[in-house]
This record gives sequence, C-alpha cells and structure tokens, in this order.
Amino acid sequence: MTHIPFNQQLLNACAALLLLLSFAMLSQRRIVSLVSLYAVQGAVLAVATLLLAWRTGEGNLYLSAFLTISLKVAFLPWLLHRLIRRLQVYWDTEPLLNISGTMLIGIVIVVFAFGLAQPITQLASTSMRNAIGIAVAVVLLAFLMMITRRKAMSQVVGFLSMENGLFFGAMSATYGMPMIIELGVALDILVAVLVLGVFFFQIREQFDSLDLHHLERLSERQ
Amino acid sequence: MIEFLCLLGFPAAGAITLAFRGARREGPEINAAFSLGTFAAACALTVRIIGQGPELLWREQFFIDPFNVFLVALTALVGLTTSLFSRPYMRVEEIHGRITPGRLRLYHSMYQLFMLTMLTALTTNNMGLLWVAMEGATLSTVLLVTLYRTPQSLEAGWKYFILCGVGIAQALFGTILLYFAAEKVLGAQGVTALLWTHLDAVKSQLEPAVLALAFVFLLVGYGTKVGLAPLHSWLPDAHAEGPTPISAVLSGLLLNVALYAVVRCKVLVEGSLHSTLPSRMLMGFGLLSVVLAAFLLFRQRDIKRLFAYSSIEHMGLATFAFGLSGPVATFAALLHMTVHSLAKSAIFFAVGHAAQKAGSQLMDDIRGLITLSPTVGWGLMLGALAILGLPPFGVFASEFLILTTAMREQPWSIPILLLALGVAFAAIFGRVQPMVFGETEGRRLPHSPALLPVFAHLAIVLMLGLYIPPYLADWYRAAAHLIGGP
Repeated sequence: MTHIPFNQQLLNACAALLLLLSFAMLSQRRIVSLVSLYAVQGAVLAVATLLLAWRTGEGNLYLSAFLTISLKVAFLPWLLHRLIRRLQVYWDTEPLLNISGTMLIGIVIVVFAFGLAQPITQLASTSMRNAIGIAVAVVLLAFLMMITRRKAMSQVVGFLSMENGLFFGAMSATYGMPMIIELGVALDILVAVLVLGVFFFQIREQFDSLDLHHLERLSERQ
Repeated sequence: MIEFLCLLGFPAAGAITLAFRGARREGPEINAAFSLGTFAAACALTVRIIGQGPELLWREQFFIDPFNVFLVALTALVGLTTSLFSRPYMRVEEIHGRITPGRLRLYHSMYQLFMLTMLTALTTNNMGLLWVAMEGATLSTVLLVTLYRTPQSLEAGWKYFILCGVGIAQALFGTILLYFAAEKVLGAQGVTALLWTHLDAVKSQLEPAVLALAFVFLLVGYGTKVGLAPLHSWLPDAHAEGPTPISAVLSGLLLNVALYAVVRCKVLVEGSLHSTLPSRMLMGFGLLSVVLAAFLLFRQRDIKRLFAYSSIEHMGLATFAFGLSGPVATFAALLHMTVHSLAKSAIFFAVGHAAQKAGSQLMDDIRGLITLSPTVGWGLMLGALAILGLPPFGVFASEFLILTTAMREQPWSIPILLLALGVAFAAIFGRVQPMVFGETEGRRLPHSPALLPVFAHLAIVLMLGLYIPPYLADWYRAAAHLIGGP
C-alpha cells in the first residue's frame, strides 16, 4: 500500500466531510440549522483551501481562503440568519418528496457524479483529483435540494451550496481559478443574496408567506 | 482606447448618477442622455475597428473584433431607442400609479447597470469575466421584472432568478472545465488560460473529452438565457410581467448576448473536437425551440407572452443557423440576430402603448387600434409583418438564406422549419389582425403617441431587406469568417 502524506489525508477528510454535510443539508428541515450547516460547509471549504495553499505554496489560494471565510462563513450566514429572524420563517414544510426517498436518490446521484467526473479525474494532474467526483456530487445534491424544497429560503441555501461545490471542484481540478474570476464570482454571489433579501420582503409583503406554492399561478394562466 | 473607456464609462457613470437622481423629474432625460453617450462611443469604436481591424485592450482582458463590435453597436442603438421610448411610457405608468418615484429611481439605475453588464459581456476577452457579466445581467434585471410588485411579477421574478441562477451555475462549471483543459496547454496558474484569443490560438491542442463535457455545460448554462427549449420557461413570464421597456431590451438584447456567449464557446470546442458534435447540438436545440415555440403561440392570450414565445422561436432559428456552420449560414444567423432584435423591440414599443391605452395585456381586450390611434396600429401591424418574415423586410432575407442553406446542408430539416414558420404566421397574424382592425367603441385618442423609435427600427429592418450597404456586408462577412471558418 502506498504511503499517503498526512496533509493529503486531511484534505481527503475535508472532501468526505463536504459530502456528508451535503447529505445533512438534504435531510434538514429546520431553516436555521440549514443556514448553520451552510456556514460549516463554508468553513470546511476554507480549511481545505488553506491546507492546499500550505502544501502547494500558491499565494492565490490563501487569498481565496480568506474570501471564503469572510463571505461564506461569516457574512452570508449572518445575513441569512437576520433575514430568518425578520421574516419569521423557521421551518420548511414537508418537502415534495419525503426525506428517506430524497436520501436514496442522493446516493444514486453520488454514484452518477463519480461516473461523470471519470474523464476529468483521469486527466487531472493535481494531487486532489479524487475529490473532483465529490465536488460534482455536492453540486448535484444541492440541485436536488433546490428541486425538492418549497420554501424560498431553502432554495437559496441550495443555490449557495451549489456554488460551494463548484468552488471545490475548481480547487481540486486546477488549484483554483485566476484571482480576478474568483473575485467576480464572489461579488456576484454577494449581490445575488442582497437582491434576494429585497426580493423576500417583496414576496412576503404580497403573500404573507415565503411558501413557493403561491408562486405557481402563471403556468396555469398561459 | 478612449472610445472603449467611454463605452463602459457612460453606463457605469449613468448607473451611479441615476441611483441618486433617478427619482427626480429629469430622471428619464438623464437616462436617455447617458444612453446617447454610450451609443456615440459605440459608433466611434465601430468606425475605428472597421478601419483598423481587431484589437486587444487593457492587458488583453478586452477584445474587439468584427463579431462583437457589430453586437456592441446594435446593443447601444437599441439601448438608446428604448430609453427614448421609456421616457413617456414610464411617466404615464407613474401617473397611473403603478410605480412610485422610488421605484423609478431603481428602474433607471438598473437600466444603465444592465447596459454595462451586457457591454462588458460582449467586449471581454476573458471567459471567466464573461460569466461574471452574464450573471450580473441577470441580477440587474431581476428587480426590474418585479418592478410592479404584483403577485404575478413576483412569481416571474423568482422563476427568472432561480432558473437563470441554476443555468448560469452550469455555465460556471463549464468555464472551470475549460480552464482545466486550457491550463494543461497554456501553463499552470496562467492568467492567460481563460483568454479567448489565447484559447483560440491553441484550440486544436485542447483535450477533446474535457471540452466536449465543458460544452454541454456551457450550452445548457448560457442556453437557458438564450431561452432555448426546454430551458425557456422563465422567458415568457419575465417578458410579460416586467415593464415593457424591459421586455424590449430582454428580448432584443439579452438573448443576443447569451447567444453570443454560446457561439464563442462553440468556436473553441469545434476547433478542439474536430467533429460536428457542437454544431449538431446547436441544430437540435434550435430546431426544438422553433417547433415548440411555434405551437405554443396558439395557446397565448396575453400579448406580451405571445411575442415572448415568438422571441424563443427566432432565437431558435438563429441557433439552428449557427449550427449549420459555414460562412453563408453564419452570415444569415448574424443578420437574423440584427433584424430580430430591431423588429422585436419595435413591436414591444407598440405593444406597450397599446396595452397602456387598453389598460390590459389580454389580447381580447385590445381592439381596433387603427381607429384609436393609427400610429400605434400601423406600428404593431408592420412590426408583426416584419417579424413574420414577409418580404421586403430584413427577416425575410435572413430566413430565406437560412432555409436555402439548410436545403443544401440538412434537407431533412426543411419540412419541419417550414411547418413551424407557417404555424407561427397563422398564430401571430390571426391574433394581431383583429387587434388592429377590429371593431371598437373606444374613443379616438386626443393626441398621437410619439413612436419615432418604432418606425426608425422598422425602417432599418426594411432597408436590410432591400439593400445591405457594402461596408455592412463586409463587416458581416468578416464576422461570419471568424465564426464559421473559411
């Protein structure tokens, strides 16, 4: 058996944790916990970035870890928690599919994700190439969460978690995107959440609820 | 360089100025003035590029060639005419009490920001920056779609945000894969690895398997914004529920910019794959959109939804033409993008006035425009005839070119295309005719609305159908050569 350096083992553990957190988010119905899970996911991502930065000596990665911590661990969860308190949405209603069914689909998705990542994994020269499959899985699981949830807030957390997966994918395949792109993406995510905050208040004002089944009239009107 | 700085500087300065002054009475005028500045800069830039050829700016981050400069000019032109149209239109909306001065400020500021993101997306050389700008275009328009705060508009805005957000996330994954493939050739941590010109130079060395996968994600991602079926469901809602000037720029400009992104990606991927897979995918998606939209046209009762579906149909046709490849088909696709965006925004201007007067967007409530206001009536009628591809309008020329090329390259697609175009003609003409010529008890309008933008657009569309000036033809040919190969 080949010897795996300690740093590498830690990175693999981070990858596994990310996947685990994705499943936890999939099964979590309390919105406050969902946001906390998102913050933890961001923290694990930041730790992985730091470990990788330490090993490869890429200055860019330190910067992007800093960006992750300030935005995804601190600012966005704080903003979302504030929104939850202001809007008083604490629980998601029963998802469209029950939790155990969703988990089973999630497992199938993970297998599919590893299949999809196969050609990239073979070509990648980074030491983290095995994690690419996990990144794809995180993206697809977040996608599944967006499909099965009814509350606007859960869908947004799904959207943000998807971006985490993409970020992790970029990191494991290419040691991160060029800095200018990462800054741009971070800016877009930030603006997206701010726009959504405004948007939530508009929905709330109109319907007295953040339940998305109110928003299903247009398709019937055609 | 100075022209280019002005091109991006005017909308940026406009967005900031209007964020403070947009609610004042002179807000619409400031908006139009900044749009005029942008248009002047775009014209100057175009003249220079035609004279001097493609150029790279600002450490190669921006790249202007015949392909994007023509879209820049078109975007700035439609941006200007729409701001002129929105001046009286939004004022009436304010008098009707549908919007407050605060929302008018948001509207004006976001309008300029939207122009900025689109112009950035068009001129950037960096595939990552292209993504950032496309996402920015979505974000700046979400709050415009929900400007009226009605339940329907909130629903449309949410759908727009989520569907385009998810779509654009796919495109980000595609961009990451592109970077992954490029890094192998252009060197690790290369700042140049996402620059389109560098990628284009080494495209035959890029790993085909990765690029094929990347293209699937990029096509699905940017295709969502083009409104390609089956990813189109946000488009009719966003068009119908937002204010009409926004429908005009979404339909006339944003769809073009998204298609531009798809075509840039296609050029790279096709060079790497040495196969026609990307072309066939474009043809498939394009044809599906044309057919699906044509048949859905019959079910529409809301006039803005009707023309939104017509946009899906026409973008499908342009996508199909890009898929046909070859210089002639690409020439036709570029011409089609131009005439569609001019004709469609003209229609939305006329529709906006018609719906505003009738107080309803339902087609059954709009009757006898020709007696109520001949200018609106004729504007809508001529616009509809132009978009339906009747000669001598420019849409006829581009559709004719697309069909004849398809006849030679992919004969099987001809019956499908002809059927779809026929169905679309029946659906739209059957609806527009009673709206314009039907009986009405309404009183004739005391004043005729200023519809200069409508007739200016239709005049250009007419001109492009009868006679394409030589410099314009050269310009299209140069662009077609860049995309479609020799």
